[in-house]
Amino acid sequence: MLAPGLAHFLVVGAVLFALGTYTVITRTNAVGILLGVELILNAANVNFVAFQRFNPSPLLTGQVFSLFVIVLAAAEAAVALAIVLAIFMTVKTIDVTQSSTLKE
Amino acid sequence: MEMLLRLNELVLLAAQHGAEAAGEGAAHAAAELGPQKIVSVSYLWLIPFFPLLGAAINAFAGHWIQRRFGKKYNSYIAVGAMVLAFAVAVVAWIQMISLPASDRYMVNFLWNMITAGDVQANLSFALDPLSMMMTLIITFIGTLIHIYSIGYMADDPGYWRFFCYLNLFVFSMLLLVMGDNFVLMFFGWEGVGLCSYLLIGFWYEDIEKARAAVKAFVTNRVGDFGFVLGLFLLFWALGGSWVETKGRVPLRESRWAMADPAYKPQQETGTLYQRDSSLSASKPATTWENYLRDPGSAASKDGIRVGPSLTFRELRDQVAVDATGMRQRLSGMTFFGIPLLALVGILLFVGATAKSAQIPLYVWLPDAMAGPTPVSALIHAATMVTAGVYMVARLNFLFALSTTAMTVIALIGAATAAFAATIGFVQNDIKKVLAYSTVSQLGFMFIGVGVGAYWAGAYHLLTHAFFKACLFLGSGSVILGCHHEQDMRRMGGLKKFMPLTAKTYLYACIAIAGFPIANGFFSKDEILWKAFDSGSNMLDPSIGKLIWVIGWMTACGTSFYMWRSYYMTFTGEYRGAHGDSHHGAQPLHPVPVTGPLAALAAADAHGVVAHSPAGRDMTHPDSGPDPHALGVAGHPDHPDHKAGGGHGHGGMPHESPKTMTYVLATLAIGCAVTIVLGFWAPLGHLLHIEWMQEPLLERWLSPAFAPSRELVESRSANSGPFWEWLLMFASVAVAFAGWLVARAFYKDAKSTVPDKIAAAFPRLHRLVFNKYYVDEIYQATVLRGTGLLARALAVFDNVVIDGIVNGVAKVGLFVANIEGAIDKYLVDGAVNLVADSVVNLGARMRRLQTGRIQHYLYAAVLGVLVVIGINFLIH
Repeated sequence: MLAPGLAHFLVVGAVLFALGTYTVITRTNAVGILLGVELILNAANVNFVAFQRFNPSPLLTGQVFSLFVIVLAAAEAAVALAIVLAIFMTVKTIDVTQSSTLKE
Repeated sequence: MEMLLRLNELVLLAAQHGAEAAGEGAAHAAAELGPQKIVSVSYLWLIPFFPLLGAAINAFAGHWIQRRFGKKYNSYIAVGAMVLAFAVAVVAWIQMISLPASDRYMVNFLWNMITAGDVQANLSFALDPLSMMMTLIITFIGTLIHIYSIGYMADDPGYWRFFCYLNLFVFSMLLLVMGDNFVLMFFGWEGVGLCSYLLIGFWYEDIEKARAAVKAFVTNRVGDFGFVLGLFLLFWALGGSWVETKGRVPLRESRWAMADPAYKPQQETGTLYQRDSSLSASKPATTWENYLRDPGSAASKDGIRVGPSLTFRELRDQVAVDATGMRQRLSGMTFFGIPLLALVGILLFVGATAKSAQIPLYVWLPDAMAGPTPVSALIHAATMVTAGVYMVARLNFLFALSTTAMTVIALIGAATAAFAATIGFVQNDIKKVLAYSTVSQLGFMFIGVGVGAYWAGAYHLLTHAFFKACLFLGSGSVILGCHHEQDMRRMGGLKKFMPLTAKTYLYACIAIAGFPIANGFFSKDEILWKAFDSGSNMLDPSIGKLIWVIGWMTACGTSFYMWRSYYMTFTGEYRGAHGDSHHGAQPLHPVPVTGPLAALAAADAHGVVAHSPAGRDMTHPDSGPDPHALGVAGHPDHPDHKAGGGHGHGGMPHESPKTMTYVLATLAIGCAVTIVLGFWAPLGHLLHIEWMQEPLLERWLSPAFAPSRELVESRSANSGPFWEWLLMFASVAVAFAGWLVARAFYKDAKSTVPDKIAAAFPRLHRLVFNKYYVDEIYQATVLRGTGLLARALAVFDNVVIDGIVNGVAKVGLFVANIEGAIDKYLVDGAVNLVADSVVNLGARMRRLQTGRIQHYLYAAVLGVLVVIGINFLIH
């Protein structure tokens, strides 16, 4: 059985990042965009963990970093959802194309 | 017959003594004049300082003091300052007496004011016998007049201002006489002019008085112009500027000449001095450096400073001491063909004609009577107007060198004396009479200093200060007593109301009229005698005789118009306002009128109450014991005003308060005491009284006039004592003649002759009464000419100058318009263009900011792709 190397993980990470970016760009739904952002963050996590795993250094920096990212992602999701809620209360929609008041 | 024989004897005796005296004089004159020795002292500055301090206190705090403490304290300050100044002057005098005659030159050097090249002007006071005399007169008479003013000005709201000006005047006058150089003298000269202006216009709300003040000031400017020109010319002649540089001797060395024969004048080489080294190799010259180190003692060293100088002493030394050769140099100089010394003398005298009211610049003095009477007495009779006489006497060593200048001065003096006396004949305003009399007496003084009788001129200055101050203050007392009536036709009989004033006025009249029992006779007679005896001091020996005749006749006129004023004022019946409005009320005591006025008038005449505060100039004190208390409190509800007929001249005349009458008495006593100073010398010879043989004042002043004495005496005619006796009797005779005529015409106002004479020669009377229309002539010529010139200049200004200015302005406007356009279109356009394009760009760029997150992400992704693409391309 062929053991997965670093490249495999990076491919997974890249795919996840591409999917996430695609989601963010194409979705008009604010919650959908948030989902895309989560995918991007997790793509980064995969990379962190993979790099740490294939790095000879005994330090666990990559692992710890990804933990931080997960925690931050949770916090970010909470804040972002609150903002989405606020936008919804204001403009009665969560379609991001409808709420462009920050443009100027 | 016997009388004649006796007279002959007298004359013979006197002739002997005269010859002896002449011999002594010659021996005396033979002594070579050296440089003036000086004594340095350190307290002379106090004399002018006290009046200045008094003036400063009254100027800055006077108003407050007057409000807070009362007028008394203003006068305490002013009078106190004067008393202190007089005290210091007396101390200086005592010290001066104790010095030997040749050392009587006290100098108080304070500090250097100006140094311009080699010329210095120091703040330095000097007293020599002449300025000592002036200082004593100024401080003594000034003190008396200050005291007099306490009463005279008691009602005036500007009390503090008056005393401030008066003190300031005394300060300036002291500066004038005590300054040891021309600069200080000129400060004083202008300072007294300023104070005169301020005091003539003291009641400036009256336009006439303000005008008189301006007239005095402007007339004096004309004179000052001449004075300054004279100074410049003299300075130039002494080698003031380019003259010296032609010399072959180095500049520094030429400034000093030795008082020994080593330095000889070298006219022909164009230099002042050529040092003959063979004669005095041993004696080092006083160098300029030494002088700088110790300016005060320069003369006490062995050198005399030669060259331009502003200091009287240096000037005197270099002119008086033969060795310097300055005298020959000056005598030989001409200025555009005119002998320089004559020109200098006449120009300086022009200054004196304005200050001392001589033809043609005397016109301001009669008008100056608009000022308060103490001012007339102090400034326009006793002190300031004598400044010109003082100046001529001070510079006697210069004036004596030019007989032309002497002749001009003496002739102008004589002409002024006679001219003013005739105007005095017909004036009715008592102060105007005295004013013309002052002009006339100043003319006498100028005769004196003009013919070289400097001490006689100075003596007349002194006696005049006494008797004229007494007359003026007496007239002030009369004016006050008559409730501000100045017209003698509305006076009369005042002897009964104001006995002390009448007595003092009478004695001063005797003095000025030339009766040999008061000082005026002795000074005037000496002047006339010296004029007669002047010989070749005048351009032509006959001029002296002519001047004597003019002066002699003027003396007669003087006697006449002074006695006229006395009789019109003090004898007869009171013709004042009170008498008029009540049908010729009797002189006094029981006054036949009824009601409150009667009681009041009676009370008045007893000097208990007084009144009449009508108008600004109706300032007079009460006759009560305390002028301050009554003067202010007594007025408001005084019934006298209404009763007096509503013209502000209520009540009968009354005697003035004691502060005034005692001053009058002091001055009258002074008129008698000062006889001693100039007692008639021939009588001394006759009686073998030592001190009389040379008048005390002449002996006292001789150091000051030493430089000119020999010269003047050598030119005099030496007419001999016979003539002196004869002329003396002639003088007394005309004095009596004037008196008798005036007595016949004006005593008790009974005679109708004066009116008949006036009626017989209406034109002449009108001409004289209107002062020969001199004011009108000046108005028509000088003033109108000046006005026309001013108008012409105004037109020139309007057309040419304004035209040029406006033209320039128009060109400027045109250029400015062009520049404005450039600015507007070019500069502003560029600036706006930049701004607009930035705005436009911004507006376009704004579109990029859609607010849609996807767009930003497109851009981000695109950016990433570009970065990656570039990365690939590079590798």
